[in-house]
This record gives sequence, C-alpha cells and structure tokens, in this order.
Amino acid sequence: MPDSGSLPFDQQVASHRDYLLRFARLQLRNETWAEDAVSETLLAALAKPLSFGSRSQLKTWLVGILKHKIIDALRHHGREVCVGGDSEDEQADPLEHLAFQADGHFAAQPADWGDPEQDLSSRQFFAVLEACASKLPAVQGRLFLMREWLELSSEEICKELGLTATNFYVLLHRARLRLRECLELNWFAEARPA
Amino acid sequence: MTPSYPLRRTCKEVSALLIAREDRDLPLQERLALRLHLAMCQACPRFERQLLTMRNAMKQWRQYTDDASDAK
Repeated sequence: MPDSGSLPFDQQVASHRDYLLRFARLQLRNETWAEDAVSETLLAALAKPLSFGSRSQLKTWLVGILKHKIIDALRHHGREVCVGGDSEDEQADPLEHLAFQADGHFAAQPADWGDPEQDLSSRQFFAVLEACASKLPAVQGRLFLMREWLELSSEEICKELGLTATNFYVLLHRARLRLRECLELNWFAEARPA
Repeated sequence: MTPSYPLRRTCKEVSALLIAREDRDLPLQERLALRLHLAMCQACPRFERQLLTMRNAMKQWRQYTDDASDAK
C-alpha cells in the first residue's frame, strides 16, 4: 500500500508545502507573495479533496493549482513585478556576457556542450538549473520563469505587467544569457571531458 | 559596415537573433540572414546548440517533479 493513502488528505496536502514554496519563491521572488500563493493553493486543494493514486500525482495536481495562484499574484501586483534593482541592467547590452571582438566576431568560440541528453534528466542537473535561476536578478528571474515555467506568451506578460516589448526582451535576453553562463560554469564545464 | 550586403550579419548580430528567436518570431529577412550566416560560420552554430540544449532543459524541468526530495 502506498504511504500516500495512509495519511488523511489534509496532511498529505500539507506535506507538500515546502516543495510548493520553493517554486513560489523562485517565481515570485517575494517572501510574502510566495507564502500567500502557497496558502491559497493549499486552501483551494483542501476545499475540493480528490483521491490520488500516488504522492507524485497529488504533487503534480498541487503544482497546477499553484501556477494559477502565482499567475493571479503576478496580475494583482502588475507593474510592481518589474520594480526593483534592475535599472542598471536595463541600460546594459544584453550580449555583454558573450565576448565579441570589435568587428562582431566571437572573441572565443562558444564551448561545445556535447550531447547532454543524459545530463538533462538528472536530479543534480535540475538542482544546478534551479540554483542558477534563483541567482538571476529578481525582475529578470520573474520574467524568465513566467516564460519558461508558467509558459506565458511574451504578449501576455507585457500586457499584464505594463512592460514595453523592448524592455521586456532586453531583460529576458539578459536572463537567458546569464543562465547560459551559469550553466556553463557550474555544469557543462564540469561535465565536459578534459 | 557593409550596407551593400543586406543579408550579411556579424556573429554578434546573429547571437542577438538567436536569443530573440527563443521568445518571438523573427521577420522573414532576419530568418534568411540567420540561416545564411549559420551555414558558413563555425562559432554561431555552437551558440545555437547551447540555446537548444537550454530549451530542452527547460522543457524537461517543467515536467520534472522532484520526488527524491520526498524520500524520508
């Protein structure tokens, strides 16, 4: 018998709180917003108890609810989502993390990351990916995860947050390049054969 | 600057296009310029592969539930 069936539903749900909070923090980058989104998720789940065959099915269901609560929070906070700390980033060239010569050629060839099919499904890789995402500046991190985790379209994001397309792309592209750099330093440089 | 070659792009311009492509559709002319550059460049296809790897990684990550963190 799976242990998930042996606990009352409310305790099963509550046991996922830390996991949900991890994602809420990563996406919202605000402790209060994250706690609220997770509390609302747990309340919504408790209001309509369902039966799940396994712990991971319950978790997947909860993550689905959490995503909706997070989107509500981002809508609610609107322009506030893009305020804070990134002003110097908005001015800078998003490509500054890649080294180019004056004539626009790469100063050094981008590294060959190989064929990392195996890597990409390993728990250690996801831990590095999460750590890299959490190290993005707050606004960039929110925008990046809205695209990649919540799977919102660029148009939706700009509309909800009152961002111009230009600003949005600059921030998002910087986020992608920072993440690329972080993965290269912390994963692909290690994994590549010497 | 070589305004007489409207489809010529530097690696830096191509990198910007490759990044932009992750989030929006490129105009036809840029898609063509990108393809022409990638066919004759050594460095940019590597950068393109890195971005594809990241795209795959994010896709896997979206589907991933960290069940190992439940292990008691």
